[in-house]
Amino acid sequence: MADPTIPILDMRAVSKTYTAGGRRTEALREANLTIARGEFVCLLGASGCGKSTLLRVAAGFEAPSSGQALMWGKPIAGPGPSRGMVFQDYGLFPWLTVRDNIGFGPKARGRPAAEVRDIAERYVALVGLQSFADAYPHQLSGGMKQRVAIARVLANEAEVVLMDEPFGALDAMTRERLQDELIDLWSRTGLTILFVTHAIEEAIFLADRIVMMSPGPGRIEALHTVDLPRRRDVSSPAFNDLRRMLAAQLHSHHAPRAAA
Amino acid sequence: MSTGVEAGALPAPAPVPRRAGLRLDGLRRLALACVVPAALVAIWQLTTAGRPYSLIPPPAEVWAELQDLAVGGINDDAFSGTLWTHLAASLSRVYGGFALAAAAALPLGLLIGRVPLIRALLDPVLQVLRPVPVTAWLPLAMILFGLGPRSAFFLVFLGAFYPILVNTVFGVRSVEPRLFEAAAMLGCTGPAQFLRVVLPAALPSIFTGLRLGLGFAWVVIVVGEMTGVQTGLGAIIMEARQLSRTEIVICGMAVIGVAGFVSDWLVMQLGRRLLAWSPNHG
Repeated sequence: MADPTIPILDMRAVSKTYTAGGRRTEALREANLTIARGEFVCLLGASGCGKSTLLRVAAGFEAPSSGQALMWGKPIAGPGPSRGMVFQDYGLFPWLTVRDNIGFGPKARGRPAAEVRDIAERYVALVGLQSFADAYPHQLSGGMKQRVAIARVLANEAEVVLMDEPFGALDAMTRERLQDELIDLWSRTGLTILFVTHAIEEAIFLADRIVMMSPGPGRIEALHTVDLPRRRDVSSPAFNDLRRMLAAQLHSHHAPRAAA
Repeated sequence: MSTGVEAGALPAPAPVPRRAGLRLDGLRRLALACVVPAALVAIWQLTTAGRPYSLIPPPAEVWAELQDLAVGGINDDAFSGTLWTHLAASLSRVYGGFALAAAAALPLGLLIGRVPLIRALLDPVLQVLRPVPVTAWLPLAMILFGLGPRSAFFLVFLGAFYPILVNTVFGVRSVEPRLFEAAAMLGCTGPAQFLRVVLPAALPSIFTGLRLGLGFAWVVIVVGEMTGVQTGLGAIIMEARQLSRTEIVICGMAVIGVAGFVSDWLVMQLGRRLLAWSPNHG
């Protein structure tokens, strides 16, 4: 399916304006972004910078007000299994066990029961939840829930994984652990990942490229390539230089720009 | 990803109930539940026993009548041994009307909750019809369905229909929007979401509706069986009233109470099973 010269995701001058109660809010203005297959890209910015909006356009949950959102060169018409979403609040089905949550996609797409069972078993093991396969979501910790959410998307053969601040609700130790696991998973599978975060360190630790966004209206401000070798050492001088530079840029967005 | 410290540190998911504690708790609850009924029977006994002109028969007389109704051999009148026929007739109407109400209210509730056009079409009509009491439908039911079991069936249906419908609509409308997004990005879209998302997510509310509906079906059964049917607990109560056989009236009331209680308990057990996933049930 994949012509290597075509980017897996291509956002062309994507704008999004919401109208609610007669008030227009410009959430995103003319965002241009191409993502190659296998890339790990982080959208970084303060709240209101349109990073989640851009992600939701890529997912197909929102249609652009103007511009084009393309996958493999074809317009994204709606949500679909090729672009799996991992939500900050998990979005697991509370009435299904871990195993059945992970098998939900293949089952909904009409795979035979035996195959669904095999797939579910495989991905339960991939995220290390074998002993919790029959547990319900309310019996799991936040980190375990997020593992299920990731496994559920992978079990459905997603080519692109869209992650909306997936580790934002987790405690620091669990977050670091899941970041490591995610990088490990990504390097083994060749997935394409688009990851929204407001944490600079998280973006530098994870991304091949960081898309810096700024609010009022939301737009893409700058692109940074992260050249540091993996697994990245958060205490290295190079890491810290990049962090300082991005922090300065991010904080300049908070400076008074009322005139803008 | 691998099994982590975090996963290992947590205990097995299913909480183990404390068996001995539960049993003691159960006995205590049973004892407490008996206090008020025992007191009421005692007052009943004190105020009625030994008074030949009392309009209300004493407990012993009612108890004897209940045995006669069940197996006969005490009074040997027209009522002797007829309890099971009447109970069966009422049960078939209660469950028949209830099943019909559930069959109509569930799909309707799912559609009203989820499809704006159908909501706009049906919701106003149903909201206007809902406050009309079942008793007010009695004369019209007898014109529409004639004297007899069909009217009773219809009234039970009406009594059970609204609680099931209202709770189903509520359950459907309170499904977290996130779950629809999750289903959609996993490849489950359109009408398939009814079965895979809407129905299971709304199930706790639907169950509340079914419980209330079944309760109402028992409430309505006496009215329903005033429509000139020959059998049924409501019919026997009406007939006994006309003959001033108050002990039979009380027996009928007691049997309805117990039957309603048992059927509610059965629904609760079913609910526990189906809603084991919900932290608020099971």
